[in-house]
Amino acid sequence: MIRFSESHEYVRVEGDFGFIGISDYAQKQLGNVVYVDMPEVGDELEKGEDFGAIESVKAASDLISPVSGEVVEINEALEENPRLVNQDAMANWIVKVKLADMSELDDLMNQDDYESFCKNG
Amino acid sequence: MNRELYGKLVFELSRPGRRGYRLPDNHIGEVHTEGGQQPPVIADALLRQQPLRLPQCDELTVVRHYNNMSTNNFGVDTGFYPLGSCTMKYNPKINEEMASHEAFVNVHPAAPDNAVQGNLELYYTLQRSLSEIGGMAEFTLNPFAGAHGELTGLMVIRAYHDARGDKARRKIIVPDSAHGTNPASAAVAGLEVVEVKSRPDGTVDVDDLRPLLDETVAGMMMTNPNTLGIFEKDIPEIARLVHEAGGLMYYDGANLNPMLGIARPGDMGFDVMHINLHKTFSTPHGGGGPGSGPVGVRAGLEKFLPNPRVVKIENADGTMGYRLEMGADALGSISATLGNFAVQARALSYIMSLGSEGLMDVGPLATLNANYVKECLKDDYLLPVEGVCKHEFVFDGLRDKSEHITTLNVAKRLLDHGYHAPTIYFPLLFHESLMIEPTETESKETLDEFIAVMHDIAREARETPDVVRNAPHNTPITHPDDTAAALNPVVTFDALEQTEE
Amino acid sequence: MHRYFPHTPQDIASMLDKCGVSDLRGLYSDVPEELMLTAPYALPQEMSEKEVRDRFGAFAAKNRKIDVCFAGGGFYDHYVPAAAVSLIGRSEFLTAYTPYQPEISQGTLQYIFEYQTMMCRLTGMDISNASMYDGATATAEAMMMAVAAAKKRRRILVSATLGDAVRRVVDTYARYHGITVDTIEAEDGVMSVAALERMLEAYADVAGVIVAQPNRYGIIEDFTGVADMVHARKALLIMNCIAADLAALRTPGEWGADIACGDAQSLGIPLSFGGPYLGYLCARKALMRKMPGRIVGATTDDRGRRCFVLTLQAREQHIRRDKATSNICSNQGLMTLYVAIYMSLLGADGLKEIAYRGHQCAAYLFESLMAAGGCRLKYPGQPFLNEFLMEFDCDVDLLMERSIEAGILPGIRMDGNCLLMAATEMQTREDVDCLVEIYKSVCEN
Repeated sequence: MIRFSESHEYVRVEGDFGFIGISDYAQKQLGNVVYVDMPEVGDELEKGEDFGAIESVKAASDLISPVSGEVVEINEALEENPRLVNQDAMANWIVKVKLADMSELDDLMNQDDYESFCKNG
Repeated sequence: MNRELYGKLVFELSRPGRRGYRLPDNHIGEVHTEGGQQPPVIADALLRQQPLRLPQCDELTVVRHYNNMSTNNFGVDTGFYPLGSCTMKYNPKINEEMASHEAFVNVHPAAPDNAVQGNLELYYTLQRSLSEIGGMAEFTLNPFAGAHGELTGLMVIRAYHDARGDKARRKIIVPDSAHGTNPASAAVAGLEVVEVKSRPDGTVDVDDLRPLLDETVAGMMMTNPNTLGIFEKDIPEIARLVHEAGGLMYYDGANLNPMLGIARPGDMGFDVMHINLHKTFSTPHGGGGPGSGPVGVRAGLEKFLPNPRVVKIENADGTMGYRLEMGADALGSISATLGNFAVQARALSYIMSLGSEGLMDVGPLATLNANYVKECLKDDYLLPVEGVCKHEFVFDGLRDKSEHITTLNVAKRLLDHGYHAPTIYFPLLFHESLMIEPTETESKETLDEFIAVMHDIAREARETPDVVRNAPHNTPITHPDDTAAALNPVVTFDALEQTEE
Repeated sequence: MHRYFPHTPQDIASMLDKCGVSDLRGLYSDVPEELMLTAPYALPQEMSEKEVRDRFGAFAAKNRKIDVCFAGGGFYDHYVPAAAVSLIGRSEFLTAYTPYQPEISQGTLQYIFEYQTMMCRLTGMDISNASMYDGATATAEAMMMAVAAAKKRRRILVSATLGDAVRRVVDTYARYHGITVDTIEAEDGVMSVAALERMLEAYADVAGVIVAQPNRYGIIEDFTGVADMVHARKALLIMNCIAADLAALRTPGEWGADIACGDAQSLGIPLSFGGPYLGYLCARKALMRKMPGRIVGATTDDRGRRCFVLTLQAREQHIRRDKATSNICSNQGLMTLYVAIYMSLLGADGLKEIAYRGHQCAAYLFESLMAAGGCRLKYPGQPFLNEFLMEFDCDVDLLMERSIEAGILPGIRMDGNCLLMAATEMQTREDVDCLVEIYKSVCEN
């Protein structure tokens, strides 16, 4: 299951865990990603709060967490090669969290709704 | 400007055995005074362990190196520099001479007040001149730059509320069109930024402002004219509303130039302001610094200004003098010294050179130049806000966007023609912002030539768009790879050598 | 029209016509009438260059003439090469703005890159910015950097031996930025390492520790073990150092510091009554993204030419707004140029020789005063490079006054009848002898 927020983050749910990244639409808007500022393992994310930032050459965007939960893993490959986000944003998640409240997912958009959201936005 | 890249680094010119200095002989040698006591020994572990590596060059090598390097740079003395919001006016030469006066250059900042009365008088004289021009009660000249002035001014606002025991006031209202430095300064000062919306003409939406004004508001930051070069004509109303809510009004002096000779921020209702001496008062930008950002306050707020303050006193013999004071109510200190003295000296030299009447002409002529360029170019460039502007204006790119020529393309093409580019992609209100500020020191001929080139570029954009799209063609370097620089930052010669290996 | 304005009456008329207004005031029809100035500013009339010179000459005449400067406290009277003064006056450097257009700013970008390299070598660090106003604000920025890196920890420990003026600025920034600052006490004129250890154990929220080298008394401190102690608590070690002294002293890098900061005035920048100076801020590579201000990076252009650009801009205030690490916009371009030229001319040998000469002259001054008697080191036994705190039995205010009458600034007046006295390569044996004679005469009073 995959859900999207209005600030263009996605969360892919696998069991109790969520993989959070930015959408393909968002990476295109941002252009060449040069740096991903990630939280540390053990940090608690709050839904709607920023947990890091993603930078291109002349822009930066806060990462807003679509869900609450504890960070259990960060995608270390992005430290070496942040451009993976441009190559495949959906495969290259940024953090893996242990979901604190599954009901938070209900407020998010599914794939179809998100696509029309982007078209109209 | 030399259009061939010079490009060498001083490290590549170094040869073992060369030197570019000789120190004076102090006649001390190894002598010791009889019966004297030697100073404590410095243990080896406290000394540098690794050898220091610096260039070894003779004087001429160094002189040619930096001379050649300078020829790849573009300054106001090179050509027209219509960089919006930066006020790139002519920097008169007499200012440089005054700043390098021998009597000032060698003065230590800790010299006692009675030894530096001349310096303190200069500081005080500039302080009074800026108070007159700003319509304020007093200025501090201590802040080192515009951003530093903003920070200092916001600290004044916080100190004012704190002194009244009104500690819940932590919100600062900033227009959404403001420069990024405003919110950044507010965050450093521990204030929470609340954005107020702009109307389509870029002025503050008073209806959007009203509901934001409550007992948590510390104040509001504005430029006037605003970022689009439009005068905020509701300013008396805005100031009244903010004051009624208990907040203070902060004037960001970035756009003060067109108001010289016209109106004073103090009279508009502002309580605190800063001035960029490197913009309005012609001190050179120096490649980005040093600047100076004096902060002025209205009567009643003087005691919050940062320490040290220069005050005028009556000496025992009845003459007037000056003294440094550390006030107990001050917001604290934001500098170790009295600020960038040599920059202050330049600004005072400029104010004296212009005189009262000359200062009165600055604003109107800067505004005339901006409006003239705007009116001549609005046939080819999209003017999102019609009407009279002040010192600057913003186009939203070319009118004819059929070839998808961007503002960036236009800016780069201007470099080929020997102009500095305008400010681009700011303000954020439009997608293709192109912000032009000619300043009052440019002649009609210079403006006409620039206008002709801008028309040529618009024509090229229709007829031979690739020429514009691939610009610049004719500069020392072309299309540097920003992405590679940011992905893998190489910020020293040593790191560069490693990557080249 | 004034000599700085090129507008002829015909120009103004035809330009106004194009703008569709009849006079210059017509361009301000949107300004409420009650705000419009009705009279010129109450300021003097336009002056010719001669009159400006005369007026500045009158200011200068009110200063007392001081030819010999034994005052330091972070700012020193050093030799200023004529070539440096001449080169920074080149208008291509002087009248340019921040290098936003790299195609026509390679001059600025290149010298900043050189400066960054030299400062990294001097401090033993990996990266340097080019943006700090002075040493005090650079130290405050280092503090904010440590707090940003530590995320939720917001306490900074500061050695009591950090200079007063720097400390005041650090305290001011901390107060408004919501950072708690605690003082690490000093013992015998140096930071107590035991006190630091106790504080690191007592507080779980320490983001950084600020120490000074040489310290406010001119003493060279021994930081053995300090970096490990600080790092064990995941805090950052920040060293405030007098830049020129690092040619001789163990570097922040060698001490294991994470951030080096301070004033670079000592690298050949004229005293100018307090500014403009240059703050330096250098750090380990891991802190690159937390570094405030402008940083120049190397890259190549589309024809493969090596060139330089402002890099890592996404950290900065104009993009990150209230989320930026700092509100710094300046890059202290011209002052970094000054320092780059100075270090190119002096080289490592020159800087070492300057440190040696400073020490030699300070030692001679110290020995001469000791031989005269009636004075002593405030903190005996502590090593110094070129500056020391002397305690006098005589009337120090009288010593100050008599010395200034003779054109000598003998030091900085400190509490407890003390003078902080510094020497550089600029003072001679004769200058020292002269000061010591004045001292003897004051003693006889």
